[in-house]
Amino acid sequence: MSLVKQIRMVALTGNEAIAYAVKQANVDVIAAYPITPQTIIVERLSKYVADGELEAAFIQAESEHSALSICIGAALTGARTFTSTASQGLALMHEVLHIASSMRAPIVMAVANRALNSPLNIHCDHSDIMNARDTGWIHLFANNVQQAYDLTLIAFRLSEDLDVLLPTSINLDGFILTHSVEPVEVLPDEDVRNFLGENRYPYEIDFNKPLAYGVMALPDTYMEFRKQLYEVLKSAPRIYDEIAEEYAKISGRRYGKLLPYFTEDAEVIVIALGSSVETLKYVAKRLRREGLKAGVLGITMYRPFPEEELVEILSKAKVVVVMDRAYSYGGVGGPLYTDVLSTLYKNDLKITIADFIYGLGGRDFKISDAEEIFKKAFRALEKGSFDQDIYWWGVKE
Amino acid sequence: MVEVQVLREVVSSESPRDDLIRRERFPHIWCPGCGLGTVLKCYVEAIASSDIPRDKHVIVSGIGCSGRMAGYVNIDSYHVTHGRPIAFAEGMKIVRPDLEVTVISGDGDLVTIGGNHFIHAIRRNVDINVFLVNNFIYGMTGNQYGSTTPLGARSSTSPYGCPEYPFNLPLLAAALGAPFVARWTTLHVRQLAEAMKKAMKVKGFAFIEIISPCPVGFGSYNEMREGMDFIKFFLENCIVDHNADLNKVAISMRPGDPIILGNFVEREAPTYHDLEREVFRKAGWLK
Ligand SMILES: Cc1ncc(C[n+]2csc(CCOP(=O)(O)OP(=O)(O)O)c2C)c(N)n1
Ligand code: SF4
Repeated sequence: MSLVKQIRMVALTGNEAIAYAVKQANVDVIAAYPITPQTIIVERLSKYVADGELEAAFIQAESEHSALSICIGAALTGARTFTSTASQGLALMHEVLHIASSMRAPIVMAVANRALNSPLNIHCDHSDIMNARDTGWIHLFANNVQQAYDLTLIAFRLSEDLDVLLPTSINLDGFILTHSVEPVEVLPDEDVRNFLGENRYPYEIDFNKPLAYGVMALPDTYMEFRKQLYEVLKSAPRIYDEIAEEYAKISGRRYGKLLPYFTEDAEVIVIALGSSVETLKYVAKRLRREGLKAGVLGITMYRPFPEEELVEILSKAKVVVVMDRAYSYGGVGGPLYTDVLSTLYKNDLKITIADFIYGLGGRDFKISDAEEIFKKAFRALEKGSFDQDIYWWGVKE
Repeated sequence: MVEVQVLREVVSSESPRDDLIRRERFPHIWCPGCGLGTVLKCYVEAIASSDIPRDKHVIVSGIGCSGRMAGYVNIDSYHVTHGRPIAFAEGMKIVRPDLEVTVISGDGDLVTIGGNHFIHAIRRNVDINVFLVNNFIYGMTGNQYGSTTPLGARSSTSPYGCPEYPFNLPLLAAALGAPFVARWTTLHVRQLAEAMKKAMKVKGFAFIEIISPCPVGFGSYNEMREGMDFIKFFLENCIVDHNADLNKVAISMRPGDPIILGNFVEREAPTYHDLEREVFRKAGWLK
């Protein structure tokens, strides 16, 4: 046996990386409706199918609502199922998102995060997925193209785990990740096959054991169904850890639910989702060279929310900045801020904290922005407080 | 002495319909050779020559290349969600029957994602005009096949040919009872503008399918890379037959298979508004 492991690097965009992972996962059904900036994922997949490289049914649905409905029908027969969407498409799916999770359909969906209308905008923010936050799906976020590839494979395994059986979304920042080319290390097909195995969906159609889905549950039973969803989402993180560990063994890449960067002794920690994590890391590294104790916390698993790990990492910090690429209008802050705030409160942690709403509709988040935000946070460290709790970052006044 | 008139350059950047066009929004987003500019021109001609005051006209578009139409017409214009302009227009017309509500949008928008609104608005005979721009593809999102893509045509998601049957839209609209059903191409500028003008007079649902070149999208996958390729194709393959058997007007876009055009259906039928009034009269409270 050769001790040298062959590594295959390919230049791929985020969309192509996901399509490649889906192909390697050997899915049975792909149903989707076109929407920018995810279109290339589905285009690539349709080509793999047309070229005979992937034996799957490809259905160009008449809407996203139909696409996800098709996926649920297919998944409940035991087919490995994939769809992808963004923005308005995800919003149109909303009704069916709930059906997918409560019927426990193990679907994997890529979401190329994009702003919601109006006004019409095709660029990145997280309003689309935050609108789908409470639908009972597992939501994973990629910070770069490599992660988009890796998390897609992990997602299939996680969704199809018999103790999970839930749909999973892989989120990647529209255009910033969907359209950027990065070198990606792809696994050999065989490793993927071994890692994923066959879809062992246990409730296949069986004439001798007929089941009923989506039945009416009145006040005497409904809550028990909902509690089941609550329970399974509580146990999913543990299963994720096992799967991620196994993935680390075959790939050399380990993805915790949180991705801490210089957080151990950090006085200031900035928390973010998606591609801006990379920008923040770059800046934190520079600040470290200047002797500033800056740290960054990327979140891979946004739902179920990794409360325990978050507490562990934040408990030593003095100042926390939450970066929200969406807002909960009329609420107390951005969605991630609200999550972090309640986690801190539940655990008696009183830390100086502020929410930065940034990058809506694709407004650029530059290195200079990250620098300024860190600067504000270090000033808050000196003063003991921020001068505001919510900053709308970079908005023209 | 005879005065000699010198013919000067007649090319101008102005258009006689500039008052109806939002020039400040130009250059428009459409590709060279696209048919949408012609559709815009025909629509503003129809508005200008209709007997309906300009401030009674409103336009509603969905999302897509065709959906940009609303943004370029200098009347009250609404750019709504993908697939929903017919539903939006119904809402307007029901409370403001005095308005001349026209929907101009793409095939994907109106009969694929929005297909349900299309069939139900016709069934109800809502008094709106729907001018559907059929370019056989989802242009704006990168040329995927949809419900109007001819069987076998190539697209970004059907590299070796579309495996689905397309809609035969005039047949569908006529079967549902639309009082006015027509089909023209952007080559047939006069007939198209005339049909639009007629549609504006129709009481009830007036439907025009406009066959429009998309050289950059559909064309690039199907060997029609220039706007002129489509125009030549239309010249060679279009047949005008107002009395055509609508069972036989499906479009294949194969050379030699005719594209049948015409004002196929012109009939009268009580509108949703009329029928609703009748019910209220029967109920006894409306005189
Ligand atoms: C709910 C939803 N799904 C998908 C989209 C993405 N989208 C924008 S335009 C378009 C298709 C446009 O095709 P068509 O209506 O035929 O118009 P064309 O661009 O060809 O003129 C799509 C799918 C969207 N905006 N909203
Ligand atoms: S893609 Fe096609 S329909 Fe859209 S503007 Fe270009 S030519 Fe016109």
